[in-house]
Amino acid sequence: MKYRDEYRDPELADRLVQAIRQRSHTPVRLMEVCGTHTVAIFRAGIKTLLPETITLISGPGCPVCVTAQEDIDRAIALCREPGVTVATFGDLMRVPGSESSLHQEKARGADVRMVYASLDALELARHLPHRRVVMLGIGFETTVPTIAAAVRQAKQEGLTNFLVLSAHKLLPPAMEVLLSAAEVRIDGFLCPGHVTTIIGTGPYQDVVKRHGKSCVVSGFEPVDILQSIHMLVCQLEDGRREVEIQYTRGVHPQGNPRARALMDEVFEPADAAWRGLGKIPGSGLKLRPAYSAHGAENHFALAVPPSREIPGCRCGEVLRGACTPLDCPLFRQRCTPTHPYGPCMVSTEGTCAAYFKYHTA
Amino acid sequence: MKIDRIQLDHGAGGRATHELVARAFLPALANPILAELNDAAAITLQGLRLAMTTDSYVVDPIFFPGGDIGSLAIHGTVNDLAMRGARPLYVSVGFILEEGLEIADLERIVQSLAAAAREAGVQVVTADTKVVPRGKADKIFINTSGVGVIPPGVEIAGQNARVGDRVLINGPMGDHGVAVLSRREGLSFQTELKSDSAALNGLVAAMLEASGKVHVLRDPTRGGVATSLNEIARQSEVGIRLEESRLPVREAVTAACEILGLDPLYVANEGKVLAFVAPEDGEKVLAVMRSHPLGREARIIGEVVGDHPGRVVLETGIGGTRIVDMLSGEQLPRIC
Repeated sequence: MKYRDEYRDPELADRLVQAIRQRSHTPVRLMEVCGTHTVAIFRAGIKTLLPETITLISGPGCPVCVTAQEDIDRAIALCREPGVTVATFGDLMRVPGSESSLHQEKARGADVRMVYASLDALELARHLPHRRVVMLGIGFETTVPTIAAAVRQAKQEGLTNFLVLSAHKLLPPAMEVLLSAAEVRIDGFLCPGHVTTIIGTGPYQDVVKRHGKSCVVSGFEPVDILQSIHMLVCQLEDGRREVEIQYTRGVHPQGNPRARALMDEVFEPADAAWRGLGKIPGSGLKLRPAYSAHGAENHFALAVPPSREIPGCRCGEVLRGACTPLDCPLFRQRCTPTHPYGPCMVSTEGTCAAYFKYHTA
Repeated sequence: MKIDRIQLDHGAGGRATHELVARAFLPALANPILAELNDAAAITLQGLRLAMTTDSYVVDPIFFPGGDIGSLAIHGTVNDLAMRGARPLYVSVGFILEEGLEIADLERIVQSLAAAAREAGVQVVTADTKVVPRGKADKIFINTSGVGVIPPGVEIAGQNARVGDRVLINGPMGDHGVAVLSRREGLSFQTELKSDSAALNGLVAAMLEASGKVHVLRDPTRGGVATSLNEIARQSEVGIRLEESRLPVREAVTAACEILGLDPLYVANEGKVLAFVAPEDGEKVLAVMRSHPLGREARIIGEVVGDHPGRVVLETGIGGTRIVDMLSGEQLPRIC
């Protein structure tokens, strides 16, 4: 079984769509909080197959998009420090900061390297002993263990020139904030498959018990998503509120304890600023004292310009699910992937980029 | 934020490239022939219709599975001419060499270029060489121009697609881009994939002999099939409807794209041709393609519609609908 063709099978998909249509009577609003889900939903054209009773809302699922302006500006300031090589995941390159972007800095001569994994950045640090290699640490719990592994390895090897700028985010606190704010009515969540592979289903119990919302942990293929929507609809129509795993081939209820232990060894929770959601206590990570020598913030006094939000940009509201990109006056008119105003248009998993690239009128 | 410097995006063949052309080139150079923005220009000279094209080759690495910068230079140039229905005849080649390039490598490239030219039936009739100091070029860059003759009565151009036309492709998408990427430094994944780099003039000649109703030909290079189809939809002011289940992609390309977060629709090809054919001739041209070595896996992948002019819409594998946009910039990998 390749897990790809089977989970894209058109007949199976059609049966699930029919099953959803049969069961769905009450209007429900379901939020996905994973950029990969947002894109997968659009790529398969899932919204065009669902009945009108179901509304899918995109939430703060793209780690690049939720990175606060000040953190982008910090990364750009790092580019301008002499002797610094900035290693970053590709998506962050074109996010506009208050005055520039990593991509622009690279065009101006800064040493910015795109990496596919944190271990690539580690390799860079080994090859460039005379430079300080700073890995821009962004991502949710899926990515954090890999950064933690790189930091631990760096410490063991004595690679003092390997540094991390931690802008990592933890998802459950953001879900809590969304529900407590109650700005947007959400009946259930499509929970992120790979984040849950790490954290397990425990963190969603609060969502269910305190807020009475349904949760289904979903895989990423079209059949996964359709099955998850079916499971959510069934829960809601039955009056059940629980956490279910659709993505059984990737997720255990207890998650990945080894990965969490690694995260816990290297990082501790910290307050973090999210674009669109403000400061959320305990929603970020910082290096523990034993590893703080590898923290970029301990090596540089960065001159960061005052963060300037982009006038007219509604990325924040889009991230909260309070509006769709179609409600933003800049969308398509001025804000496009080649001339993005905000990160939601830049990131390949940003909601605005997904609408731009895939949405049929 | 106004972009004031050239970025890598500008070379990707997608939106950014188009914007650069409109901003920095067309205003100064505008003339009706250039403004058509076809792969090759069609020029009438003393009663003869000539096709003329130019290209530069900066591929990295210079040797890749299935080819090298030399053979690529000939294939790309020949193909641009063939896309206007021209018979490619003469090619010029200009070499820009970096100080320090091994002459053995240069010779290997030139042998490959020469072999490709012989196979395609074109002659390299004029050439030039420049050498720049170490660091001012990346080993070798090649510029070409090509000239061919368009037979009378042949009108093939991006603006000629008509509602009802079938959209054909001669084989699977994405081989070249993935093969090249697999050899780039820093990205080692194992694959037997080879570039599909090939001269298409023989295949095209066979197609045009079978049917006088081939309206558009385009080789989907940078930016992939998606970008080429968007360009044609705009040039012809028509809509294009694709069926995902019909899009041919090799298993290995799908797998590589999944891992890297790429979409085969946007990955470069160097031996593929998209053909827009009147509906009554669709099956006939398909059969002719399949009987040619470069068209064994040819498919009809969609059709031209009157709805959503300028847009390409895809019926997804599971029956949903979404648009297929032009490539925006360089394809970047996933983050998590």
